[in-house]
Amino acid sequence: MATIARTLDDALEPIADGCVLAVPRESSGVPMAATRALIRRDVRRLHLVALPTSTLQADLLIGAGCIETLETSAVSLGEFGPAPRFTAAILAGAIRMLDATCPALHAQFQAAEKGVPFMPLRGLLGSDVLAHRPDWKVSDNPFATNDPVVLLPALKPDVALLHAPLADRAGNVFVGIQREFFTMAHAAQKTIVTVEKIHDGDLLHDPLLAAGTLPGFYVEAIAVAPRGAWPLPLPDHYGIDAAHMAEYARLAATPEGFVQYLDRYVHEKWAA
Amino acid sequence: MAATSPAMTDRDFRDEELLADVICRLIGDVRHVAVGAASPIPATAALLARQRGCGRPYVSLLGSRAHTFFTDGARELFDCAGQGRIDVFFLSGGQIDGEGNINLVGVGNYDHPKARFPGSFGSAYLYYVVPKVILFRLEHSRRTLVPKVDFISAPGGSADNVFRPGGPVALITSRCLFDFDRDRRRFRLASVHPGHSVAEVVENTGFDFDRPPEVPTTPAPSVETLRLMREVVAPQLAEVYPQFVKNVFGIAATSG
Repeated sequence: MATIARTLDDALEPIADGCVLAVPRESSGVPMAATRALIRRDVRRLHLVALPTSTLQADLLIGAGCIETLETSAVSLGEFGPAPRFTAAILAGAIRMLDATCPALHAQFQAAEKGVPFMPLRGLLGSDVLAHRPDWKVSDNPFATNDPVVLLPALKPDVALLHAPLADRAGNVFVGIQREFFTMAHAAQKTIVTVEKIHDGDLLHDPLLAAGTLPGFYVEAIAVAPRGAWPLPLPDHYGIDAAHMAEYARLAATPEGFVQYLDRYVHEKWAA
Repeated sequence: MAATSPAMTDRDFRDEELLADVICRLIGDVRHVAVGAASPIPATAALLARQRGCGRPYVSLLGSRAHTFFTDGARELFDCAGQGRIDVFFLSGGQIDGEGNINLVGVGNYDHPKARFPGSFGSAYLYYVVPKVILFRLEHSRRTLVPKVDFISAPGGSADNVFRPGGPVALITSRCLFDFDRDRRRFRLASVHPGHSVAEVVENTGFDFDRPPEVPTTPAPSVETLRLMREVVAPQLAEVYPQFVKNVFGIAATSG
């Protein structure tokens, strides 16, 4: 059963150097306080799987030298432009990139969730996305003739790291309609969640809340991190900090500016 | 003939508004339009279509809380498309070629690229399964509209044995509108926007395309359309595209 960790760092302890770490898309609830804590701890050689895309989180981890392999469908800062440290790392050959497409990643997590070795998916045939993924196979649909289909291996991360609005003391986590959090937690060996606050009472007790609750059974550790998605949004709670994102885009455009950003917003203790 | 007509000399609309109006007409009468990441002009068009259609089509804006009915997580968009329940989608590309191949990954050799774009997003799936995919790329130049893309995020056409109910129907740029002929895998110039010319389109397009002897001028948005876009659609868009709404419609971004 999940425990409420005393500190954020305690909760993040299972995220070891070299582990396969799964994180969600920007509009779901990205654990940014936890990401800054991992950078302060100087985590190394992560294989980051962003389901299915990433923005600031991947760019920050790449710039800070924490990533060895990145597996995702796209990284950008959205309306704030290209992700500068991602772009620089790819051009320099500094990280290994596994380019995917969104539904392929979803299918790979769903395969792990179901405990099956692979999932078939339409599309992909004739694309260079497929051509550069020797771990993806083309097979014949066994139920038809002359119908090629792509098979994607199950993806079972070591750790899924999420940010959600609420958890109770039994370790149940309210995620609402961010239902990819269920799939991620089902697929991962361990799931670590930061939450805005602790809910008094049992989230599974109220049927309305229970429908959007990830049972503590799947959760390894929880830490309280108020505004833990900042400067990214937490749906239904707070929006993106546009001024901060613009500042990040400006600073991260150069290696020197990126170091300034880290000094100002990551290594400073108040930023946690 | 595509030169600025007298009626257009005091044009009082922005490129983004013209393009959204054209895309709105391309959407047509359908049940469900989905809009992906980084697509503010298609999002404007989709919401405009819904406004004109009194609630039809359903619109799903990726990243929106207000303008989507999905409750099954990020995968529902793709599953819905796989079920044949998304009629229209929009894709762009750092490069687009004359066969409708799109490149969202990079320029040059994949292992040692000269430029890197964000990535393929859902294109390598949605381009195949959504019946009407409208391509949009504001920058109309030989850099973006190329003879052959350096990386195929998703191909414009597929072999006969590939499951492919979907694909491109049109490409809209800041200069013109192209139709796409799926059988011949070629673009055809459909109209040139006010203030632009066929010669300029030819000059700035890196691929060959068909064109009729007389190329019409893209109709300008009506006063009523502009009013709907500015007064009704723009405020709805601010949730997902605050910067775009601020820059194009002059509405201050609200952080929600």
